Amino acid sequence: MDVLYFAWVRERIGQPKERVETEATTVADLVAELVLREERYAAAFADTSALRVALDQELAEFSAPLVGVREVAFFPPMTGG
Amino acid sequence: MPVRVQAEPFDFGAEAAAFASGAGGAGAVVTFLGVVRDDSGTLARMEIEHYPGMTERAITAITAKASARWHLLDALVIHRHGPLQPGEAIMMVATAARHRAEAFAAADFLMDYLKSRAPFWKKEFGADGAAWVKAKDSDEDALSRW
Repeated sequence: MDVLYFAWVRERIGQPKERVETEATTVADLVAELVLREERYAAAFADTSALRVALDQELAEFSAPLVGVREVAFFPPMTGG
Repeated sequence: MPVRVQAEPFDFGAEAAAFASGAGGAGAVVTFLGVVRDDSGTLARMEIEHYPGMTERAITAITAKASARWHLLDALVIHRHGPLQPGEAIMMVATAARHRAEAFAAADFLMDYLKSRAPFWKKEFGADGAAWVKAKDSDEDALSRW
């Protein structure tokens, strides 16, 4: 699946987008998997309560399943307007 | 109910006039203009990042929610992204309804939802470097009144 990062999450990860091959069944599992990879992921996901996630461009919970999902995006709380 | 997410500036007066003249049957047109604020007096610029695709989808869903709730004849949302100078227009909302209470309420609702449900992030560049604007608890709390 494609994993996208925005704002300071993108800056900590060091790239806006990447292709991730994973067997993770939920968002939380995917985060746990990424955190184990490299320090930059651990830094970005240190406090998931400060993050939001969207699955195929719809806001979701970290407990949400990843079945059939093509695009996962992580970002801080939004500041539009 | 047009939604435009763009880097280019827009002409608030011309947009408001075109919206008002196109809103047939409206007794009330409410417009809101958001401007880049410089509280510290040292803001060099603001950069707005967004999530192409999701941004348009999220704003369209928010306007659909507003028109399900109030009888809107039309609504318009324009939101910019990219670098902006203090004093520049960031975004505008317009609503048209038969009566002013509906037009005001729907515009207020749209603004509350755009603040914390549309995927935009603001970064301020000033004398002390750059910092991402933090979401305020009060913005999230504002949604509970709807």
